[in-house]
Amino acid sequence: MAEFRMPSMGADMEAATLVAWKVQPGDRVQRGDIIAEIETEKGDIDVEVFEEGVVEALLVEPGEKLPVGALMAQIRGTDGEAEGAAPAAPRGPDERRAAEPEPEPEPAAEPRRRTPDERPPVARPERRVRASPLARRVAADLGVDLDQVTGSGPEGAIQRADVEQAADAQRAAAEGAGAAPLAEAPPEAPTEAERGDYPARMRQAIAKAMAQSNREIPHYYLETHISMERALQWLAAENENRSIKERLLPVVLLIKAVARALEDVPALNGYWRQDRLAPQEAIHVGFAISLRQGGLVAPAIHDADRKRLDEIMAALDDLITRARSGRLRSSELTDPTITVTSLGDLGVETVHGVIYPPQVALVGFGTIHERPWAEGGLLGVRRAVTATLAADHRATDGRQGGKLLDAIDDYLQRPDEL
Amino acid sequence: MTEATPTEADIKATMAQVLRRIAPEADLNAVSPEENLRQALDLDSMDFLHFLVGLHEALDVDIPEADYGRLTTTARIVAYMQEATQERTAKE
Repeated sequence: MAEFRMPSMGADMEAATLVAWKVQPGDRVQRGDIIAEIETEKGDIDVEVFEEGVVEALLVEPGEKLPVGALMAQIRGTDGEAEGAAPAAPRGPDERRAAEPEPEPEPAAEPRRRTPDERPPVARPERRVRASPLARRVAADLGVDLDQVTGSGPEGAIQRADVEQAADAQRAAAEGAGAAPLAEAPPEAPTEAERGDYPARMRQAIAKAMAQSNREIPHYYLETHISMERALQWLAAENENRSIKERLLPVVLLIKAVARALEDVPALNGYWRQDRLAPQEAIHVGFAISLRQGGLVAPAIHDADRKRLDEIMAALDDLITRARSGRLRSSELTDPTITVTSLGDLGVETVHGVIYPPQVALVGFGTIHERPWAEGGLLGVRRAVTATLAADHRATDGRQGGKLLDAIDDYLQRPDEL
Repeated sequence: MTEATPTEADIKATMAQVLRRIAPEADLNAVSPEENLRQALDLDSMDFLHFLVGLHEALDVDIPEADYGRLTTTARIVAYMQEATQERTAKE
């Protein structure tokens, strides 16, 4: 039995509120499926599941605020207990509502040995039910609807004994009675007012992560000037043949150049964990996106080194849109292996970044603009960009950092190979 | 819409409409015609590209990348769009 726990969306996250479940008990899930929507300081996030199996029980209700690591659901592996059992057909909300008239929970004669078809569904109560975490877990195991249980604890809170009693009563009542599908209320989303002040909470989350970074990570900084003349000429020619919707932005070349350079200097692509560098094979570039309501997120462009420029452009466009409407996926927030920030739109010349832990590097780009450029004994005017690297000195040294910036420059001089 | 040259008011209304999708809080009326639109409304390069795509679709005007640099203020965008729709009508 796999346990689905509240995931961490980064060093700055301690807890999040469950907004809605996206699956029902009995649903079959695959790796990458969205199982729940949670509300964090970074907006609402679609949480993906990393197990394959059948949802056995949902242990928490929408509206509950849960610490990172809190048990949220149980998922039964497909190759384990469910061997040979037919998967339960997922039921849509309409069907469930149609089956409303009989709100009695399905009887669970042998609650600990059940096939998916017989599973007692766990109800999502329409109102908030006071219950201890243990009582919730027991209720889920025994298939007891907490809404139907009278609590004997403080302020009417439901305790374990109440659940067990209710399970017994249920079993007795079920004798002879036919199994009836349980009516489930639609997930109750917290209201806007309950969700509180996003910008202020995002500020707190950023404050926490950045303070941790500054406290723990001995940063070193490197800077170089890169001529963008070739890259921009290539891009202009490329864009001339493209319709306005298919055109690429210069930042796409910068992202791809960083991703390619990381293939050459892998030490800067990864995490600092348990006092050692853990380089990552996959290159997921987190791209810093400022949000209109304030604050920023840096979600991942997955496998940026293997994506074509078109694909990076599409991914970037999609990420910016979803970041600003608060619809990122959990993997996008947890996967970045490096961060790229481009402050060029604001006319900034140089970015000295703060690394987002546990990553070990951040590449910053300023504005691309014309500047005097000396090359081959001649002074000319070139469009150029200042690229900076902020890197964790525990993980790498200046020599590796220098190699990375050099490789980025090198790739940007060969834009047709990007 | 494609038959006649749109008036300045038409184009401004279209601009405002497109902007609402990209930057809901942006108020085009608060920006003077000679002000740099991207700076005034805090549009990044992706926002601005979406803005131009929106204008392209609404007004059926081709906007080559080489012309992006001319489209800095409301006044310049209006003039550009009028010119472009006139050229297109003349061709038809």
